[in-house]
Amino acid sequence: MKQMMLTLTENRPLAEGIRRMTLSGDRLEEQRPGQFLNIRLNGLFLRRPISVCDWNPGRVTVIYKVVGRGTEQLAALRPGEPLDVLTGLGNGYDLAPAGASPLLIGGGVGVPPLYLLARRLREQGREVTAVLGFRTGREVFAAEDFRALGCRVTVTTEDGSEGLRGFVTGALPENYSYFYTCGPEPMLRAVYRATKTPGQFSFEERMGCGFGACMGCTCRTLTGAKRICREGPVLRKEEILWDD
Amino acid sequence: MGRLSVTLCGLELDNPVIPASGTFGFGYEFADWFDINLLGTFSFKGTTRAPRFGNPTPRIAECPAGMLNAVGLQNPGVDRVIAEELPRLKTVFHKPVMANVSGFSLEEYAETCALLDAQDQVGWLEVNISCPNVHGGGMSFGTDPAAAAAVTRAVKRVTRKPVIMKLSPNVTDITAIAKACEDAGADGLSLINTLQGLRIDLKTRRPVLANQTGGLSGPAIFPVALRMVWQVCRAVSVPVVGMGGVSSAEDVLEMMMAGAAAVEVGAANLTDPCACRNIIESLPAAMDRYGIRNLKELKGAI
Repeated sequence: MKQMMLTLTENRPLAEGIRRMTLSGDRLEEQRPGQFLNIRLNGLFLRRPISVCDWNPGRVTVIYKVVGRGTEQLAALRPGEPLDVLTGLGNGYDLAPAGASPLLIGGGVGVPPLYLLARRLREQGREVTAVLGFRTGREVFAAEDFRALGCRVTVTTEDGSEGLRGFVTGALPENYSYFYTCGPEPMLRAVYRATKTPGQFSFEERMGCGFGACMGCTCRTLTGAKRICREGPVLRKEEILWDD
Repeated sequence: MGRLSVTLCGLELDNPVIPASGTFGFGYEFADWFDINLLGTFSFKGTTRAPRFGNPTPRIAECPAGMLNAVGLQNPGVDRVIAEELPRLKTVFHKPVMANVSGFSLEEYAETCALLDAQDQVGWLEVNISCPNVHGGGMSFGTDPAAAAAVTRAVKRVTRKPVIMKLSPNVTDITAIAKACEDAGADGLSLINTLQGLRIDLKTRRPVLANQTGGLSGPAIFPVALRMVWQVCRAVSVPVVGMGGVSSAEDVLEMMMAGAAAVEVGAANLTDPCACRNIIESLPAAMDRYGIRNLKELKGAI
């Protein structure tokens, strides 16, 4: 965890309502797959947490959906603007149990954190399958980037306008060694029921600080209370306790 | 003693800046961000007799210049605080710490305070009778002078260290509660806890917080806090720790001019983990700008 000023070096549209932003700085430390940044914005009291999509020395990329005042302000930022950022937050995915043929399951803005994960898994020589779900073809992004890493990619859309019609859970392969997932909670619940191996889930929760101080994002798990920002956002399937 | 040093209930502080309970955990984790020995002290996460999970999420809602929280006193319980948190804190913090205590009965307050009073690392007990986010405890003791006095007496009876009663702003006359605590033997007072508030999600037509209401903190409440600190300082003679929306060295100076002996910083820690270090480092220059030689001269400046 570090606090630093990063300079915005890229901020461009990627799909309908979806933008890609790169931040650069000499002090930037390695960001692991599944970790997140927490960005301070003008006139907004709380920082905005955003998952890391990719990292290279001195450079971190995030992909975000424009949904409110914070992300609207982000979308309007121009290259060269400085941002006050907390980096290296959250536990991130554990790559060790991935096995020979891990499966990545992403939905909407849950897709970006899986990109750096896919890259790392491919660097380790694993056969990676990615099932990426979107609402409609206009919102599809990143599928080509996963293919460029050498992943086998299936795209699903709810309206069938691109790839397979339906949800990610209708497009899961028969065989895989382990799985990693990130997406909206209804999708995570469906993935929990549909998967046959152990795996890891990345969760979203409304956060105060993003670094474990306020206890604002605590959830119950089978292994005790966990702060999504600190002991999460990634939880193992076997410790998840759905609250209903 | 340096120009920033102050005295709180007989104990010297290197400076008046104290991270407020609930915004600084048990201290250990902030050692990743800066050397927490720079602080005057800090008030650790509100501790109860038994462990508490707290409220369901969402527990946080953003507001103009602040936030609502309804965490609901999540803590590991006093036994684990003593067995795990204090030993861990000892490795990174070498000053007396302020132990923040909450409860749901007089017996529980007394029992938890007695256990923490016996810990060498504890310098002060800050007794929270003002948590707005739990039912049947916390604030219900802090909104009635007789109940506030009863908690004070129950804690004083079983402790030797300075007892600071943390007051709620959600009352008609905070000076009445303050005087009741002083008369019951409180060694100091701290104020204000959060102001009760509400946010509604227009899309769902439901409160944003699972607890419905929450406590407002952040710069939005600073003027209200300052006014209450000023009122209480004129009504009592025990030292007062001022807090509520403090986020700069200038805010610290205002609080001390209103009569505060020391100053707690809360929500600012959540948006900037180095907020307290930055405030402490900015104090000398801010004092120079206003011709303040040392902080002790400020008390009761107005």
